[in-house]
Amino acid sequence: MVLNPIQSMGRYSQLLFKAFGAVPEFGTYRKKLWEQMMRIGVDSMPIVMLAAAFSGAVTTVQTSYQLVSPLIPKSIIGSIVVPSMILELGAVVTGFILAGRVGARIAAELGTMRVTEQIDALEAMGLNSIGYLIVPRVIAGIVMFPVLYVAACFVGIGGGMMVGHLGGFVPIGEFVDGAREFFQPFDPIFGLIKSLVFGFTITSVSCFKGYYTAGGAEGVGRATTQAAVASCVFLLLADLILAATLL
Amino acid sequence: MISVKNLYKSFSGKEVLKGVDLDILEGETLAIIGRSGSGKSVLMKHIIGLLQPDSGSIMVDGVDINKVSYADLRSIRQHFGVLFQGGALFDSMNSFENVAFPLRTFTSMSESEVQRVVLECLGMVELPDVGAKMPSELSGGMQKRVALARAVALKPRYILYDEPTSGLDPETSNTIDELIQNLADQLNVTSIVVTHDMHSVLNIADKAAFVHDGRMHWTGTIADLHASTDQVLRSFVKANEYQIGV
Repeated sequence: MVLNPIQSMGRYSQLLFKAFGAVPEFGTYRKKLWEQMMRIGVDSMPIVMLAAAFSGAVTTVQTSYQLVSPLIPKSIIGSIVVPSMILELGAVVTGFILAGRVGARIAAELGTMRVTEQIDALEAMGLNSIGYLIVPRVIAGIVMFPVLYVAACFVGIGGGMMVGHLGGFVPIGEFVDGAREFFQPFDPIFGLIKSLVFGFTITSVSCFKGYYTAGGAEGVGRATTQAAVASCVFLLLADLILAATLL
Repeated sequence: MISVKNLYKSFSGKEVLKGVDLDILEGETLAIIGRSGSGKSVLMKHIIGLLQPDSGSIMVDGVDINKVSYADLRSIRQHFGVLFQGGALFDSMNSFENVAFPLRTFTSMSESEVQRVVLECLGMVELPDVGAKMPSELSGGMQKRVALARAVALKPRYILYDEPTSGLDPETSNTIDELIQNLADQLNVTSIVVTHDMHSVLNIADKAAFVHDGRMHWTGTIADLHASTDQVLRSFVKANEYQIGV
């Protein structure tokens, strides 16, 4: 069934409402939370670290390329790379990776369960399928995204610092001085708020796409693609809204 | 007792059920028969509240399941065991875990008790040694039998079977039919079998209900079925290569 955007938003809101309603009986499903935290958080760690390290490194190289001038102190590289990682790249790079890796997996898993009647089987047993399948995934996303974000920031900044030092763009001391000079205590708080919103957005949108899959194997493929694309679009939208309202 | 009254259901403007009435008595095995797309499975999903009717009612033991809260509906569902068309085994769990799932979720049984009940249920479907196998390692017939073991694990009062023999070879179909009969006898359950396989109907059912064009066209005992002169029913039965009365 093809839904227009308004119908989709209505159905998405309805699903979230039911998911919140299932939170009180979460005790029944807590084992699933650990499992999902491992899959969403721990299993995603290597690829997030890799992407973050390269993001930090590339930002350092490009900043030094753009600002090469005897009039500009090299410490400016640290002043740009560190806030960039904390305010934007740490969360957005992690978000895009999770949208592809976790969002697509969630939609494919739930979509397959839907078309093979496994979700009907859960309901027929008397289980709240939304509580069992969706709540642990969304909570795991909200809990683990900030962890991945913090790790991504450290690795990204570390990567930028190392490449700056090894490539002869900026010594470590000057990089750190620059980072300290322009550091705003609200920046990491903003990044953490962003990561919470991204964690919720990616998991809830992907659960929505997967849970309401229809149309067999083709439907699962469609839901998987839509989950990854919609997660990225909503992530960018949330990014803009948060930046406009909180900064 | 389950009582369906004047049930209507449409999907995207297409009327699938057009005022279905049906009574299912305690302890009987009722076969809901009809051509593919006649609305049999839709009717079955209404009986357990997986679909909401446009109008009409479904009473289970005197309770209208569409007028109770979701929490109460879930309690009512725990009296049902359902065998879905493809088995619907959870593919992330092995056979043992699939059968143990409702026991671990809805009862406070110790792990040793769970193990005993799971082995008993797997024994009932004559698959005592497949506990460690994943659903993907089982044949279609074996998957249905494990799903049947899961469906009876909580000792339900009602068992719903959705096309239990579809896609199976005749020998495996007979095995499934025997299991349905044995479970009905051993557990004294009310069985509702959605099928278009007349061989199964004649083997296992006490009564049959024929859904045609979204309506309950005919209901009666198997003896009535043999004696029926209804042309639409006879045509359906004949298409299944079983002459009524033979």
